Amino acid sequence: MKKIIKKHPLAIRWFHWINFPALAVMVWSGLLIYWANDVYTLGWSDKTVLKFFPDSFNKALNIPFRLAEGMNLHFLFMWFFAINGFLYVLYLFISGEWRLIFPNKRSLKESWQVVLHDLHIKKGMPPQKKYNAAQRIAYTGVIFMGIGSLLTGLAIYKPVQFNFLCNILGGYEWARAEHFILTILFTLFFLVHIIQVLLAGWNNFRGMITGFEVPTSPPEGSTVETASPTINKTENAI
Amino acid sequence: MPFKEELISEKQLKKKTIISFSVFIVMIAVAVIGWKWLNKQPDDNGTPKPIRKVLNYNEGIFSKLYSHNHLAKTFPLSAAVKKVRVNGSDGMSAGFDPSAWKLKVARSPGDTLFITLDEIKALPKTEIVFDFKCIEGWSQVTHWGGVKFSDFAKKYNLTSQTQMNYVGLITPDKGYYVGNDMPAMMHPQTLLCYEMNGAPLPMNQGYPLRLIIPVKYGIKHLKRIGTVFFSNERPADFWYERGYDYYAGL
Repeated sequence: MKKIIKKHPLAIRWFHWINFPALAVMVWSGLLIYWANDVYTLGWSDKTVLKFFPDSFNKALNIPFRLAEGMNLHFLFMWFFAINGFLYVLYLFISGEWRLIFPNKRSLKESWQVVLHDLHIKKGMPPQKKYNAAQRIAYTGVIFMGIGSLLTGLAIYKPVQFNFLCNILGGYEWARAEHFILTILFTLFFLVHIIQVLLAGWNNFRGMITGFEVPTSPPEGSTVETASPTINKTENAI
Repeated sequence: MPFKEELISEKQLKKKTIISFSVFIVMIAVAVIGWKWLNKQPDDNGTPKPIRKVLNYNEGIFSKLYSHNHLAKTFPLSAAVKKVRVNGSDGMSAGFDPSAWKLKVARSPGDTLFITLDEIKALPKTEIVFDFKCIEGWSQVTHWGGVKFSDFAKKYNLTSQTQMNYVGLITPDKGYYVGNDMPAMMHPQTLLCYEMNGAPLPMNQGYPLRLIIPVKYGIKHLKRIGTVFFSNERPADFWYERGYDYYAGL
């Protein structure tokens, strides 16, 4: 007999895997749109460190002259992203899963310990439930980023009908810049996420598909409540 | 909230894993096939049919949010740029004779008005400084003057025409043409515009008369209006035929 720990509810797994391609298409079509007015750079006064995006990048991905295609895809897949995201947040609240994801009082302090641990500077992790403190902050942050993308997106999609929203975001051009920055943050989140998933290993990855993890060593005299320490043994993915 | 634990046999574990991964792989296949299917669909004005359907469906939703009371943000005169961007010259071919120009308004078949610039200038003048938004993603605060299309329609007894769904506009050389829905045309900020920065429209901004329609992207602000007509069906639209959304409403 094997013990399994039910980690991810079915609904969360569906939301996660629907969101992935939806967000991917949003980012891709966003690139096609952004190209038509690619004004953002990273730098100061007269020094440009990074241009978004270098010509070689655009060329390699065949991005130029596809504005209409980009807009059309964007305004189709926005529905998948928005509706899936809305149902996900609704589910978090109805199921009580939000308690496992939202940061608590200790999260800020503990997240630092998690970072030190993940960078192999310090041994030992604070006790946790489903997610460690750094994950709680990252996963909650990414939910707010999603909400931010919807709001800034709406502000530049219909700036006259949502005049008020556009104004509180700092006006049309600021809203566009914010929408862009959020996209960059999404891709950075994605990179870290992938690295952490790779480091965390098979058990953790399988959990996002099957819903369960198989504890690597049987916890002694564990009750249901203390099931979490066994999960500590696998590095959790951000 | 604690995790639920279960004791299951190796065989059950294997079975559960296989089922979950099978569903996962099937869904990946569905996504890939769906994506390929979408891009293979017959073309409807430069975009696959199902996507065109969704764009029209989006128009249905967002045109319900439209209101004459929702105004494009206006700015003080000092905010207007002096160098106004010129982004296209379709429909502005050389050989245009401004002295012979008259605005053609097709009220109905066989009933066409010819209106001179002076007659248009005699109508109540409205000025606006607003953030002109190009579909490419840039915007510019610019200053325009002209007559509200709604005032113009009143003056020329276009009441029955403005009950129709669309207004079509065409340049004198027929090289550029747009269709705008009637609510957007009758919006209080929509102008038949003959001035920019307090001076007559420059040639490359559509002299003698252009459309300024702040509730739409720049592609709908036709430069150098030749003909205006009314229709219940969508009039031909230059960028719509090249894959863009017909509505293009802001």
